[in-house]
Amino acid sequence: MNGVGEAAGQAVLYVEDLRVGYDGALALDGVTLTVPHGAQVAVVGPNGAGKSTLFKSVVGLLRPRSGRILIHGRPPGDQDDPVAYVPQREEIDWRFPVSVSDVVMMGRYGRLGPLRRPRQIDREIVAQALDRLGLSDLASRPIGELSGGQQQRVFLARAIAQEPHVLLLDEPFTGVDVRAREMVLDLLQSMRARDVTVLVSTHDMETAARRFDLVALLNHRLIAYGAPDHVFTPPHIAAAFGGQALFLDGMVVIDQCCPGHVGDGVAHRHTHARRDEVGHAPDRRGRAP
Amino acid sequence: MIDWLAEPFTFVFMQRALAASLLVGIVCSILGTFVVLRSMAFLGDALAHAILPGVAIAYLAGANLFVGALVAALVVAFGIGFVARGGAIREDTAIGILFTAALALGVLLISTAGTYATDLTHILFGNVLGVTTTDLRITAALSALVLVVVFALYKEFVLAAFDPVLAHTLGRRPEAMDGLMLVLLALTIVVSLQTVGVGLVAAMLVTPAATASLLTRRLPAMMAAAAVVGGLSSVAGLYLSYYLDVASGAAIVLVATAAFLAAFLFAPRRGLVWRRTTRQEPGM
Repeated sequence: MNGVGEAAGQAVLYVEDLRVGYDGALALDGVTLTVPHGAQVAVVGPNGAGKSTLFKSVVGLLRPRSGRILIHGRPPGDQDDPVAYVPQREEIDWRFPVSVSDVVMMGRYGRLGPLRRPRQIDREIVAQALDRLGLSDLASRPIGELSGGQQQRVFLARAIAQEPHVLLLDEPFTGVDVRAREMVLDLLQSMRARDVTVLVSTHDMETAARRFDLVALLNHRLIAYGAPDHVFTPPHIAAAFGGQALFLDGMVVIDQCCPGHVGDGVAHRHTHARRDEVGHAPDRRGRAP
Repeated sequence: MIDWLAEPFTFVFMQRALAASLLVGIVCSILGTFVVLRSMAFLGDALAHAILPGVAIAYLAGANLFVGALVAALVVAFGIGFVARGGAIREDTAIGILFTAALALGVLLISTAGTYATDLTHILFGNVLGVTTTDLRITAALSALVLVVVFALYKEFVLAAFDPVLAHTLGRRPEAMDGLMLVLLALTIVVSLQTVGVGLVAAMLVTPAATASLLTRRLPAMMAAAAVVGGLSSVAGLYLSYYLDVASGAAIVLVATAAFLAAFLFAPRRGLVWRRTTRQEPGM
């Protein structure tokens, strides 16, 4: 395993020997990683590798069987600093009668007591978040009337409205259009200026390599963790993706058929991660080529 | 016409009946929006039936029926949570077992009393014309309590209902809000006991809220519309009951059902007729 070399004291997120399982099988088996303050980490792995499980554990939705998670030195759910988590789209009841701005306003509830109504400042922050993701025109629309990409942006806007110190995005590039995808990437870029620590799960290796400081390659165990050029080596990729990975003349092709995915209207989705040369990473500060 | 409208309410018992059924119509409908949004209709119905033994014991002991009903409702509400929590039994199965058992126990207890048939009918289907002044006071107090809690914690209930995952990450405890919702549901059912009875409470919880969901697009509007439908159904049902000499609880529920059918067929955008007539594009 490739360490990052940062002192544990500076770490915003510290995961130690984490084991999480559902009825028997372990989804995460002995994962240890340290994320420094302000870093942007791509968590890469095949479907069912435990990426969502890792995120849910970090925000305290799942209780680990063993191991430790510390955010700013404290266990999940015990932070004053907001941790924003954007789950996959399927987990929401889209028929619920709330508007776009209602949903984004929920991001402010963490800073409002149970009996407090939203204040002027909350409405301003919500308006800014909507504007940032190009949703101002849709503010009063019911969420059920939006397209998939628009729905994705609503939840990103909500995450921004939380003014988080740590942002976790679960598969933000899956099942969305090009515009939504670019917006996520722009958003991540702007998070750098605010020193927000970001974890994004994806199976898009190209984006992971181009746009992220660190990559965690996961398949139940942590296969490799570190700078992209360190992580994306043929042995690591083969270990993570197994028979799905095909090495063709300096190019990796991952053939992923998504058994657990319904609702995006595509029975088979193939993710082709192309790189000019395996083991030679592009500019890792994430500027477009 | 004025005479026709005013005549029933020259009787004091009809005035009390009107006040009680209006309150129940409004409270049930507002809480019912959460019941509908969270697919808790079965739970609401079960909870209503499950209060029967409490009512029966209070009745046999000569105690206040409200108290017996409330205790029974809370016991069953938490019993369902307890049985379902282990995960060995699904929640709807746990509900099915507990509510039928409670219903059977209630019938058994009431059958030991001499006036079995009449008593059981009143409890099952309501006896709004028999509402006393004390009953009305209790109804008003409990209704006010339920409404105050719903409005004070409105945004927390919405958060727990819409996105429990977000609620968790914001340091809230959505399960606690679910528990509180269950208690409010129990209170509402107890309040409804005399107007529509155990057997028909579920209709007042679900039908006006479902009607409102077809007519509105945001939750505050849905609650307001549900309250209007619930309140109007109560009043109209009471008139029907008076002039046609039919059971009042049943009349109230059937008026609410008629309102629902009208919305189901003719609601703008979501009604059946609207969707049929606007779907003129390809095929069909």
